[in-house]
Amino acid sequence: MDVSKFMVVMISMVFINNFILSKFLGLCAFIGVSKETKPAISMGLAVTFVTTLSSMITWLIYKFLLIPFNITYLRTISFILVIASFVQFVEMVVRKTSPGLYRLFGIYLPLITVNCAVLGVAVLNSETFFQEGYTVQESFWFSAAQGFFAGIGFLLAMILMSGIRERLELTDVPKPFKDVPLAFIIASLMSLAFMGFNGFRF
Amino acid sequence: MNIIAAILTVTGLGIIFGIGLAAASKKFCVVSDPRLEKIYARLPGANCGACGMPGCMGFAEGLIQGTCTVDKCAVSQEESRKEIASILGKEAKAKLKKLAVLLCHGGCKRVKNKMFYSGIKDCIAANAVLGGPKACAYGCIGYGNCVAVCPFGAITMGEDCLPQVDEKKCTACGKCVAICPKKLFILTPATSIVTVACSSHDTGKDTKAACPVGCIACKICEKTCKFDAIHVTNNLSVIDYAKCTSCGACVKVCPAKTIRMRQLPPKKKS
Repeated sequence: MDVSKFMVVMISMVFINNFILSKFLGLCAFIGVSKETKPAISMGLAVTFVTTLSSMITWLIYKFLLIPFNITYLRTISFILVIASFVQFVEMVVRKTSPGLYRLFGIYLPLITVNCAVLGVAVLNSETFFQEGYTVQESFWFSAAQGFFAGIGFLLAMILMSGIRERLELTDVPKPFKDVPLAFIIASLMSLAFMGFNGFRF
Repeated sequence: MNIIAAILTVTGLGIIFGIGLAAASKKFCVVSDPRLEKIYARLPGANCGACGMPGCMGFAEGLIQGTCTVDKCAVSQEESRKEIASILGKEAKAKLKKLAVLLCHGGCKRVKNKMFYSGIKDCIAANAVLGGPKACAYGCIGYGNCVAVCPFGAITMGEDCLPQVDEKKCTACGKCVAICPKKLFILTPATSIVTVACSSHDTGKDTKAACPVGCIACKICEKTCKFDAIHVTNNLSVIDYAKCTSCGACVKVCPAKTIRMRQLPPKKKS
């Protein structure tokens, strides 16, 4: 277990391979819920929570079901199945046990059920950390870390976008560009800016 | 063998999760508003998030709590919108009808500008620059954020740069109340037709200097009112709508003509 490898995973997932701005996953939520900062932060937190835990669960499924039976080609369908039921389950539990937490991010959980960013992390984990050179323990914790930092990258992009969009609300925008078209233009500019992180080499 | 393993694995996963979810939904069920399910069934269910709420369920909850309006959903059909309105409407009718009223009558003809403002034509932006261009620090700026925000098209900009509320279209959704940087809108009962059209907390002398129709806190209305419904606090006359009977006594005596009777619609109310 190497701390510097964790740092690499962190910087890679938050900046270089940011899920929204570099991999273009989870755009639906990115455009839909980024009108105001507060819901955007809640959404980001919910995604972070789900990506972290679903990374762990899908790792278990992949390691102990798909690999032993040699059916790794079924990973998409089984990951979706696992993630969807897991998110539904968490939503029910949070709703029952903690109304405060439910209001903070629970209401965003149904939106995430089939979010491609969550599946993206799971698939990326199974591609990256099951290669040779990773011990079982390392593989598990790196998967969890990758899930967590992918969520943090998502949260970062959401906060940036919602801050910009809140300001754009006050400006005099030509009518055809108002709201969503302008949001797409902003997203493309942010994506260009994040391409700059590709220059990082480790 | 491989294909059997594949079938068994996915079927097994499906069955286990299915049973688990069914058991969990029984164990963790939460009693919710019965209207919620009804409204949710009439929404598109696409969870697109275009309304700004977290999915269709969040939108349905917002509708019941009154934080959003049906027209926010760009996807739903006109029919289902009407059905949703009728589900919500029964309770709305039982409630007292309210109206949004502007507590300012100092338009651009009456109140002079204290400076030349050339920034964004937006009340919030203008308010950030020394409280806007108007001489009265409390009055309407007149760039019409309320006009833009009204989802029912009930507010229009009048000739004297003051927003006018169309009483027939206003649903008292409170959007204008929330957006006005000067906090000039209040929701009043539709049956009360008297308003103190001023929000200035300046002293009488300063108010008079800035605006000919501002409240100068002379307290004549307070003395005239037989129902103890109007009081001058902090240099401003405020009506208590729980007590006001719309008799109009204060309107007649107000020296600055600040207290006004809202013009009722010409057609009889039904």
